[in-house]
Amino acid sequence: MKRLLSVTLLSLAALSSVAAEGEITLVIENHTFSPKEVKVPAGKKFKLLVVNKDASPAEFESKPLSREKLIPAKSTATILLGPLKPGRYAFVEEYHETQAGAQGTIVVE
Amino acid sequence: MFAAAIIVFRESLEAALIISILAAATRGMSKRSRWLIGGVLAGLAGAGLVAVSMEFISNLASGVGQEIFNAAVLTLAVGMLAWHNIWMSVHGREMAAQAQNAARAVKDGSKALSVIFLVVALAVLREGSETVLFLYGAATGSEDGLRTTLAGGAAGLAAGALVGGLLYAGLLRIPLKWFFTITGVLVLLLAASMGSQVARFLVQADWLPSLGAPLWDTSEILSQSSAVGTLLHGLVGYDAQPAGMQLLFYVLVLVLITAGMVWSKRRTSSTGRLAVAR
Repeated sequence: MKRLLSVTLLSLAALSSVAAEGEITLVIENHTFSPKEVKVPAGKKFKLLVVNKDASPAEFESKPLSREKLIPAKSTATILLGPLKPGRYAFVEEYHETQAGAQGTIVVE
Repeated sequence: MFAAAIIVFRESLEAALIISILAAATRGMSKRSRWLIGGVLAGLAGAGLVAVSMEFISNLASGVGQEIFNAAVLTLAVGMLAWHNIWMSVHGREMAAQAQNAARAVKDGSKALSVIFLVVALAVLREGSETVLFLYGAATGSEDGLRTTLAGGAAGLAAGALVGGLLYAGLLRIPLKWFFTITGVLVLLLAASMGSQVARFLVQADWLPSLGAPLWDTSEILSQSSAVGTLLHGLVGYDAQPAGMQLLFYVLVLVLITAGMVWSKRRTSSTGRLAVAR
């Protein structure tokens, strides 16, 4: 039982360290993404953290990634992605999608 | 103002299509409009509640609360639509024959209507909560101002309702002989499309594998954000870049509901109840 527990804890620790490794953070401020382009390795799962620093809600949307996520004001959204094929995947902040700052790209290599 | 109109139009269109198909599918049932309007109002109240608790919902299930919440709402709606269609496969004929005044049909009819009430409420809740958050953000964002945002939102809502109204008017022109068969197929496709969205949310939450993401890409041929693409998405669940799991759920819902309809029809025919109605 004790061994099972420690194995579970170890594997959990392993999992979380992988997650921390594959974390990428995007910031939205004044409805503008920074950075506007992020690079990720192909064929791996990763976590995209989108921090909305604005006082109004935002919506992260990407048709090619099939993702749509509301981000309440002053909060962070977790978006699980991958494994992805190499290529360029566009995303927008839907509420301001016509503005250049609200458009970005995930480059998978 | 234009941005607000487009976003509200997009969100309200989907709900409007669902409402008009269900309004057509329940044609001839007594007190139908009361249930439909009640569903819209309950949905709006729910949308406000969801919008206010969005931060709480987002943080559930270690960050994928939104996805799970949407999947749960849609699953409930699929279940209700399945029940409705199976019920209609037995009673639709009676209703087409204007036999809905039989005491039993009226009693069952109100059960069917409470199901429709729930589906309408869930559709409005889902599409509405996003709209509420967007309008709130745009109105307080001060770049556009409250009045222009609300005007844009109202224009978008009116446009969405107009398309829904046109669909409803078009459906009513179908001869009664075919009417409930066609609305039945539309409700079936609506349920399958919602099933595909359930799969999409569960894949997003990483609760299910994608089984090919995307399975195909027709965004060059028919973009989902084009007018035709949006309509097809709302009506039959068109997705330009679907995951394999979405297609699996779509087909599964189609097959299960159709099987349920055939089975219950056969069961009622053999007990002779329908033979009398015929």
